[in-house]
Amino acid sequence: MRKDGDFLILTGSIGLFVCINIFLMASGKLPFSFNGFGIMLGAGLTLAVYSFLYKDNPSFKIAENLYVGVSLGYTIIITWFNFLKPDLFDPLIVPMFSKAAEKSPHYTLIIPSFLGIFMLLRFSRNLAWLSRWTFAFVVGLGAGISIPRVISAFILGQIKPSLRPVFSSGETILSSIDTLLILLGVTSVLIYFIFSVEHKGAIGKISKVGIWFLMISFGASFGYTVMARVSLLIGRVQFLLRDWLGILQ
Amino acid sequence: MERYLRIDRRIIFAVIAVAVIVSLLLRFELPVPESKSVRGVYDKIESLPAGSHVMMAFNYDPSSKEELQPMAVAFLHHCFSRDLKVIAMTLYPGAPGLIEQALNTVASQYQKKHGEDYVFLGYKPGGASLIINMGENLYSAFPKDFYGNDTMTLPALRGVDSLRKIDYLFDLAAGTTIETWIVFGKEKYKFELGAGCTAVMGPDMYPFLQSKQLSGLLSGLKGAAEYETLVNKKASAVNGMRSQSVVHALIILFVICGNILYFVSRRTKYA
Repeated sequence: MRKDGDFLILTGSIGLFVCINIFLMASGKLPFSFNGFGIMLGAGLTLAVYSFLYKDNPSFKIAENLYVGVSLGYTIIITWFNFLKPDLFDPLIVPMFSKAAEKSPHYTLIIPSFLGIFMLLRFSRNLAWLSRWTFAFVVGLGAGISIPRVISAFILGQIKPSLRPVFSSGETILSSIDTLLILLGVTSVLIYFIFSVEHKGAIGKISKVGIWFLMISFGASFGYTVMARVSLLIGRVQFLLRDWLGILQ
Repeated sequence: MERYLRIDRRIIFAVIAVAVIVSLLLRFELPVPESKSVRGVYDKIESLPAGSHVMMAFNYDPSSKEELQPMAVAFLHHCFSRDLKVIAMTLYPGAPGLIEQALNTVASQYQKKHGEDYVFLGYKPGGASLIINMGENLYSAFPKDFYGNDTMTLPALRGVDSLRKIDYLFDLAAGTTIETWIVFGKEKYKFELGAGCTAVMGPDMYPFLQSKQLSGLLSGLKGAAEYETLVNKKASAVNGMRSQSVVHALIILFVICGNILYFVSRRTKYA
């Protein structure tokens, strides 16, 4: 009985969607062109994705799988034409096998190409050991490049503004309060995260202040997250009302 | 009382959806006051002389389009209205379609030509290593633009051979690219950096404003709406903020009601 009800809701919704589109095309609100069909498809997929809020259903699953497939296909094409073709195929493969090529092959590209291929050998039991060469190169290079830069940008760069004097000439009262709050927040949160000392007495009290700072920070993050999710909904509703139904200018 | 606390979540979804639709259909004005962080980006662009080079990194894909595309469009309006040269690129494979849409729509309104007034370098993977490559030599990182043109021949890139020559870099980020630009780009090649990010990332970016590693920040739809107001091109973000405000008020109301019901039901339970 319940499954029959779900089937009826699904077919009814699809029927209503088709009827609305026929009406929109017949009344000229949607152009009878690729653009018009694109808008229709976009509207259908948007509604299919949001139908998950009611219940998991086949139309949501179709939209979900379509999104994954299309984005993967798009990524492959973009990667080929933007990266592999101009940076590897044209300078190395084409001159190697074409007698008409004007430029000589860039043989240095063979090394990174092989390192890339080695990474895929993780799937072979006999040749998986070759992938360690690539990983060793990537980890070594990554650490070598990252460590000094991260220390400079994140640790030293972030400590500097935290060490500003609270009261100095030229500062307004508000900016001094701001700096004082930063000092209080940084110190109390750092003390909260010292677990080698029991949180009793003065340490316990300061770490409680740290918890308050953390809670306020999580609250701000959650508020922003809600704003982000609502923004996505607003954007989709704008698309449905403006581009599809044409009732919003 | 208990049954109000066990309300079907779908009713809340429906109420939110109705609130969004109604507030979009009813046209009423709400103020969009500018914040200091958004003003930072605006003032930087205002300070650049005509012909300066601004690089835009569109690091997002359709899943974050609703928040970041309005920022990109408003920022492009500002750049083109001030005759700045725009260099667009991305580290996201899903971005090129959105970039073309934003660039072509805004550029045509100012009669700007591809190659002369702006360029779209396209997508390249690599993240940090690509940024370092661009810092050393922009032409070796992008020998061809998105349309296959030789980048050495493009007039819009004249005078720019590395990130050191960029007057301003604006990163529109849906992921961790702002940190990557700071660590591997700004700190090493000493260019001015501004950013636009999704609201989820906003709070994490504020320390970079405090340390002046970012000259300005546009956060979420609100940041986009503030920029649209500043450049006097009110569009989807400003309209969206109406619904955003209504929904936020509604959510606050739900939270207050939920708490009152919770405490009342607890009192009756233990009475």
